[in-house]
This record gives sequence, structure tokens and C-alpha cells, in this order.
Amino acid sequence: MNSLADQLLVLCLLINFAVLGTSRLAFSVRCVAVQGVLLGTLPALVHPFSWHVSFIVVSIILVKGGLIPVLIIRAIKKAEIEREFSPFIGYIPSLVLGALFTSLAFIFAAKLPLSPEHEGLLIVPAAAATLMSGFLVLMGRRKAISQVLGYLLMENGIFLFGLLLADAMPVMVEAGALLDLLVGIFVMGIVINHISREFSSIDTSRLSALREE
Amino acid sequence: MLFFDMMRDPASLVLCAIALAGCSGLPGLVLRDGTLGQRLASVAALLSSLLALPSLLYLLLGGGEASFLLNWNLPFGPCEVALDPLSVFFLIPIFLVFPAGSLYALGYWPAASHSSQRSVTFFYGLLACAMALVVVSRNGALFMMSWEIMALSGYFLLVAEHGESEVRGAGTVYLVASHLGGAALLFLFASLFMITGGFGFPAAGSLAVGAGLAGALFWLALAGFGSKAGLMPLHLWLPSAHANAPSHVSALLSGVMLKIGVYGILRVISFFPERPLWWGGVLTVAGLASAVMGICVASAQKDIKRLLAYSSIENLGIICAGIGMFLLGQGTGNQRLAFLGLAGALFHVLNHVIFKPLLFFCAGSVMHAAGTRDLDRMGGLARRLPYTAFFTLCGAVAICGLPPFNGFASEMLLYLGFFGEARAGQPFVALGAPVLALVGGVAVISFVKLYGIAFLGEPRTAEAAGAHEAAGTMLAPIAVLACLALTGGLFPQLFLALVQPAIRGLAPDLAHAAVLPIAPVWFALAGGSVICLAAILFLFLNAKTKGRTAAASTWGCGYLRPSPRIQYTGSSFGAFFSSLSGSLIRTRITVGQVAGLTPAAVRLSYHPEETLLHRVVLPVLNVLGIGCAFVRRLQHGEVQIYILYIFVTLMLLLLWVH
Repeated sequence: MNSLADQLLVLCLLINFAVLGTSRLAFSVRCVAVQGVLLGTLPALVHPFSWHVSFIVVSIILVKGGLIPVLIIRAIKKAEIEREFSPFIGYIPSLVLGALFTSLAFIFAAKLPLSPEHEGLLIVPAAAATLMSGFLVLMGRRKAISQVLGYLLMENGIFLFGLLLADAMPVMVEAGALLDLLVGIFVMGIVINHISREFSSIDTSRLSALREE
Repeated sequence: MLFFDMMRDPASLVLCAIALAGCSGLPGLVLRDGTLGQRLASVAALLSSLLALPSLLYLLLGGGEASFLLNWNLPFGPCEVALDPLSVFFLIPIFLVFPAGSLYALGYWPAASHSSQRSVTFFYGLLACAMALVVVSRNGALFMMSWEIMALSGYFLLVAEHGESEVRGAGTVYLVASHLGGAALLFLFASLFMITGGFGFPAAGSLAVGAGLAGALFWLALAGFGSKAGLMPLHLWLPSAHANAPSHVSALLSGVMLKIGVYGILRVISFFPERPLWWGGVLTVAGLASAVMGICVASAQKDIKRLLAYSSIENLGIICAGIGMFLLGQGTGNQRLAFLGLAGALFHVLNHVIFKPLLFFCAGSVMHAAGTRDLDRMGGLARRLPYTAFFTLCGAVAICGLPPFNGFASEMLLYLGFFGEARAGQPFVALGAPVLALVGGVAVISFVKLYGIAFLGEPRTAEAAGAHEAAGTMLAPIAVLACLALTGGLFPQLFLALVQPAIRGLAPDLAHAAVLPIAPVWFALAGGSVICLAAILFLFLNAKTKGRTAAASTWGCGYLRPSPRIQYTGSSFGAFFSSLSGSLIRTRITVGQVAGLTPAAVRLSYHPEETLLHRVVLPVLNVLGIGCAFVRRLQHGEVQIYILYIFVTLMLLLLWVH
């Protein structure tokens, strides 16, 4: 079982690189959606069957694999953009930094004082690596939609950490986290809408016009 | 039944009144008809004061105390609310000025002509409620929350006319100053938490700590509460804030909110069983310095409300000096000195609560009529606003500390303390008396200027000439306050009866040790004869000039075509004295060049500038601003860079944990 979970986690790590290395927005969205589905199945693999876990699995797959990607793809179509042009951090440097952060995440995870049943799992390094990839996307891209993607990647990383605790986590907390995510996406959608109306583009670097002089 | 039992308990009535005051502005927020909302708020304010004042007097004179334990689910320990004599004493000003201001606002800030009326009415009630909560709370957390609500409602009130950049600037300065003071208080309550292990206030005289720690707590309290009370040099926010607020708000801010600072100082002092002598020295010197400097700066002002604001600094200085005298007396074992100091300070608190709102209300009526705050654009208003002029005269006499008004009675206690109780060990205490006399003298200069320039002579502008008397709702609270001021001056023992329980609460051994140094009958007789003398003189002069009124205008001086502009201005009246106090205040004069045979029109303008602010604080802040310019570069505007900051911080934290 655990070996299958580890293989899925490795796939997640690879998806991080795919998101970091591509300029096509639609492709990135699909990557993140696939990652969400993979993560959604993980609780079923690492924890014994229960109604609680199956509820989590189903709802996460629905939200992360279905609802959110559809919303974002629709936003992309509406805003008529396909690619991220001239990011702050180029694609090759992004990949290099991503590799660096992933290795750092493994070193970091090895030094964490984990409880015995979690040692040796890939979950912690994968979580840290995904989190940092999310940060990298947030820092390196200009378009507001890329920002949303970075945010989603980060959330996936946080979700992975949460997996360690899925047994102890009540349903309400789980549902609350999902709701948070959904609301976050909505808020970002509204922000994107306002940015594009105000600056007639969704380039977030234009927001610097708002700073206090 | 329970309800009626509760209604019979004065302490619960006071709490109900506090809640009612806080809610007074709520209907106005939802009602479509602004005027109706404002009237409802005034009715609620009057009702709350009708509930509270009799209960407060009953509690104070009957010696009742009450304490309640609020059931809150916050992690700050039990939330105690208590009414002891000191709290009750400081609740009186709130429930005196709040309804008066509310009533005054009906005429002064009507819904019809002021779009900001809704928010002003709402925050007016909230401010009164928050101040009352500050005074009754016995838990550091509740105290800080109420303190913050108080400071913020004050801010929203004073930026009522936020369309003007001057008002916005004053609001920002107020906000910064009040949060710096709040930071000192946070440190104070955090240290108290470390010492006592809880946020509840220690009982009076139960905080036995080392001298160093006690000193640190004292300085923190002085910084936090002193900045609220406007003690020099923490007063920089005060004049512009009080000058730019609507007048009924200035009355509440100046008349009551400053006293909350005094309350805080007294409350913190009451925690300690032993109060070192140097605390008294610090407070006396700080108080007298504030009094002298405040009134000197006031004398050079040409803005009527700024003048009143600086005079508040003077009065708070006098109060603070009285508290210092109390501590000096306790430190040296001179019970009489301690009693006179504390009684004088608390009495002056009551007095300032009466005459300062009175003067601010009058200033509001004057501004309402003349359309300006600039004294040099008024003139001749006594004939146009006879009632306002009379009440302003009462207030001015009271604030100068002259008989027969209440200011005289409280300052006399302080004079007696400074002059009569200087013992061989501390002869320097006697030095306070001439300082106080100097303050009184300069106050007379300032208020002669205020009254003379605004109300006497000829109107200097068309607006002043077309001025009209204020409405009845504006005059009524003024008249009530003026009557109270006269009552306090003629029968000071009435007010001292209120002060006595508060003294007992702060220093239980004092109440027996000293008796009132005033023989009530003689005092009332002397005051009454002063009034009679004034009335006789007035009637005599009136009869003498009747029938042969001179047709020439005042200040005509024999010219055929005199212009009102040849009158003395406020600035020229105060020019001599400001030349003496040049190190405190400078008048910046800007004048154009007169050149050629037919010179064009030239303008001259003058602005009094406080030296401390314009020569010390602002340059230092400028240098600091230049030095910290690199910090502004961190505020980049790029979202991505901000995320980088978060990321770097996270990484550093991770490294640090390792």
C-alpha cells in the first residue's frame, strides 16, 4: 500500500516541475487539477477504510479535480489569455530553483522530529516541496491567474501535511478547510475581475500603482 | 420582580445608563429621518443622565460601593466591573457633559446641514459609553478594550469634517499619539500581569513591589495617561485635535476625556501602598510646567478654539500639580498638605468639567454666528449675541480662577497648600504659589483677549456684522453649566462634599486628618457681595450713560471715516506678552514687499507656531524620515516581492528552529 502512496507522491513532485516549467496556463491548471485528484486519493491509501475518510476523498476529488479547475478555465477563456509572458523568474531558473527547494525539503524533513509511524514516508518532504513550489509560482509569475495556481499548489502542500492527521481530524475541520479554499478562489476571482477592469489587464505588477507614495 | 429589584439598586442603574449612552446613536444609524434620529439620541442621552446622576450622587454621598462580575468567555481572567468612590466621582463629568453636548448638537450640528451627523451622533454616545467603561473596569484587558474604543470614537468624531486636509492631519496626529500612549499602557498592564499573575487590578494599596519596578510602572503610567491628559511635552496632538473637532465634540474631549487620563494616574497610584516622595516631585514639576507653558502658548493664539485647547493643557497641569502636592504631603507626613493637594486637584477636575465645555459651547455659538475661528475676524459680537457674550464672560472669569466662580475655590485650596504648608524641610513647596499666580495672570491676559477681541468693539467682517444669537437648545446647556459654575463658586462645600468620598477612597487616613479650610458662610457672603458690587456698578454705569449715547463708533479716535480694521487685533493685543514668551511660541509673519511709487496690494499674515513642535519635534521627525527612507523602499508595491518577504521570513524561522 505504502509503496503505491509513495509512487503517487513522486508523481505529485513531478507535477510541481511541470507547473514550474510551462508557460501555458490551461496546461498548468490541468496539472494542478491532476495533482489535486492524486492527493484526494491518498487518504484512502494511507488510512484504513472509514466513512469519514471516504467522505474526505470524494469531496476533495470533486472540488479540487472538478469545481476549481472549471472555474479557472472559464476565467482564462473570459480573459482571453493563454500564456504567461515574461515572468519575473524565467522557466529554466524556476526549474532549477524548484529542484533546489525539493532537495532542501528532503533535508529538512530528515531533520524534523517526527513521530515513528510517519518516519520514512515521503509525505513530509513532498508537502514541503509542493509548498515551496507554490511560493515560487506566486513570486515568479505576473498574471493573476498564475497567482491563483500558486495559491492552489501551496494549499496542496498544506493538505499533504494534514494527511498525517487525517484520522484525528474531525469532518468539520476538513469541510472548513475545503470551504476556505473555495472562498479563497472566489475572492481571487473577484480580485482578478477588479484588476482587469481597473487596469484593463490582469498583470499583477500593475498593482504597484496602488502603493502609497 | 427581579427587574424592579434591579431598578432599585443605584449601581445597576448606573450600568444601565452606561449601556443606554452607548446605544443612544443606534436608532439614528437606521432611521431615514436624520433629525428624528438625532432627537432620539438627545432624549436617550438626557434619560441616561437622569438615571445615572442621582444614582451616582447617592452612591457617592451614601458611601455605597458595588462590584459586578461579567460573564465573558475571553481568556483574560474574571472581568470585574466596580463602582468605588473614585470611579463614581469620575463618572459624574461624563454624565454631566454628554447630555449637555447632545442637546447642544441639536442646534449646532443639525442633520439638515451636516451629512456627517449620523456618524457624529453615534460615536458621541459610544465615546461616552467607552469612557464610562474605562472608569468602571477593574480588569486590564477590559480596560484596554474600552480605552481603544474611546480613542477610536474620539478619532471618528474629530474627523467629522474630513473634507478638509487640516482636519485629516489633526486626526492622524491624534491617532498616532493616542496609540503611542496606548502602547505604554499595554506595557503597564503586561507588567502588572507578570507581577500579580492576572489581569484583574490589584486592590488599593496591595501592590508591594521593589522601588525600581514601582518606578518603572509609575513612568509607564505617566507616559500613557499623561499623553491622554495632555501633559507637556506629550501634548502636541491636543491643540489641533480639539480645535478641529466640532465644538460639542471638543467639549467632551477637552472636558471629559482628558480627565480619564487623570483618573488613570490616580488609579495606578492607588495600587501602591508606599508612594515615594519623588513621584510627588515629578508630578508637581510636570504639572506646574504644563500650566505655565500651556497658558503662555494660549495667550499668543488667534484661533478661539486653539486658545481654549491650550488653556485645557494649563488646567490639566494645575490638576496634576495638585496630585503631586498630595504625594509630596504623603511622602513627608504632612497630612494637611496632602489633603489640600488632593482636594484641590479633584475639585478642579469638577470645575474644569463645568467651565471648559461651557466655553467650548460658547465658542461653537460664536463660530456658528461669525463663520470663522479666527479671533481677528470677529468683533462686536456682544451686541449681536448678548446671551452668549454673558455666558462666555462667566466662563472666562471662572477659568481665570477669579471669584465668585468655581475656578477660584479650587485654586484657593492649592494656593493654601503651596503657601501655607511649606515646612522647614521643604521650603521649595512655597515656590508653587508664585507659579500658580503667574498662571492665573497669564490666563487673565488670554481671556481678556478672547472676550475683548471677539465680543467688544466693532465687527471686523461682514459675517461678524450679520451674526445672530444661537438657538435655545444651544443656550440651555450653556446656561445650566454657567449656573453650576456660579454654584461651585458661592457654595464650594457642595462640590467638596462630592470630593470627600473620593479622597477617602484614595487615602483613607486623610479624611479625618484635615478639615475644610473654608468657612462656608463667609465664602458665600464674599462671593455674593462681589456679584452685588458688579451688578450695582453695571446699573450705575448704565444709568449714567443713558440718554447721551455717543454716536461715533468705538475706536473712532476722532477720525471722520474710521474703519473697523483700525481696531486692536488679538495678535497686537498679545504681541507684548508673546515677545516675553518667545522661547515657547513664535509668531511667523509673512509679508509681501512694498516697492515702487504705486505699490500693488500687499498681504500680511501671521501664524503662531509652537517652538517645541516646529523647531524641535518636526525637524527631528524630518531627519528620522530621511534616515528611514530605505524602509519605504521595502514597500515596493509588487505583490510578488511581498510574497518573497513572507517566504524569506518563513525560511529564516525554519533555520532558527533548527
